[in-house]
Amino acid sequence: MHELGIVFYIIRDVKQAAEENGVQHVNTVVMNIGEVSTIVPEYLTDCWRWAADKEEMLKGCELRINIIPAVTACGDCGREYETVKYGKTCPYCQGANTWLIQGNEVEIKEIEV
Amino acid sequence: MSEVRVIEIKKSVFADNNEDAARLRSELKARGTYLLNLMSSPGSGKTTTLIRLINLIKDKLKVAVMEADIDSDVDAIKIKEATGIQSIQLHTGGMCHLDAEMTRQGLDNVALDGVDLVILENVGNLVCPAEFDTGAVRNAMILSVPEGHDKPLKYPLMFSVCDLVVINKIDVMPYFDFDMDKCREYVHMRNPKATIIPICAKTGEGVEALAAWLLNEVNNWKNR
Repeated sequence: MHELGIVFYIIRDVKQAAEENGVQHVNTVVMNIGEVSTIVPEYLTDCWRWAADKEEMLKGCELRINIIPAVTACGDCGREYETVKYGKTCPYCQGANTWLIQGNEVEIKEIEV
Repeated sequence: MSEVRVIEIKKSVFADNNEDAARLRSELKARGTYLLNLMSSPGSGKTTTLIRLINLIKDKLKVAVMEADIDSDVDAIKIKEATGIQSIQLHTGGMCHLDAEMTRQGLDNVALDGVDLVILENVGNLVCPAEFDTGAVRNAMILSVPEGHDKPLKYPLMFSVCDLVVINKIDVMPYFDFDMDKCREYVHMRNPKATIIPICAKTGEGVEALAAWLLNEVNNWKNR
């Protein structure tokens, strides 16, 4: 349940971006959330609603979430595979020399004003 | 709405925290204070382990403890009574983790002069604290035998960010289906470089190895 803390970070960054761009009100915040980022999108949107409505600039502002699929690369055979299905072990060569190439994003993509 | 303007941001929400944490680390380096971030599930024995550990090292290092909990100060009082060292309590006010700024605010309340080592006992939780760099030099976690040897599979991020995994309550291993070899294998799947030290905080078994690891860490870091 770290979603509320993350919402406070998002609000801080969005307000800063809005101020830098001379914006009075933000209508939508678009997030990129990786599949294995440990963020629960439903909790994030619930926390967002509660916290954003307390900010004049973000009243009614929608939080839209793009889910980024998790992909792992294998250093032994050079292939890529779905992280959620196979974890750290490469399904092609059973190698363990693998690393996540995408899927842990917690990123503010853009805001609509 | 007549006109929608899109402003691209493309910024990780952790970017500022990571910068804060790096800044805090270099400030601590300058004053010669080593910060250890200790994480675990609730009830894994963090406080009992700390009491054993601190009593072994307090003659060699000046140690202070910051206890972070959602509420109460029982842990800070327990540490102070059992070890006599400086111990403060942080309340996270419902938050499940500490970030670098909260850690800094905590450190502001510690008399840091001459302190070699500050141990931050993070909120008991295997999920959220792993996400946030606190500014510590190293991350450590305690996994206790009753929790099961498969925890590294269930909480991959926690194990991948920890430099040290302490396996506590090894005295009760005969009563649980805990497989130490499997546990080592799973930890190393998540983090091949992690150091693993099995201990029993209650009897003191293995705590000397933990003390040796920490003394070595602090000395290396100070002389680096």
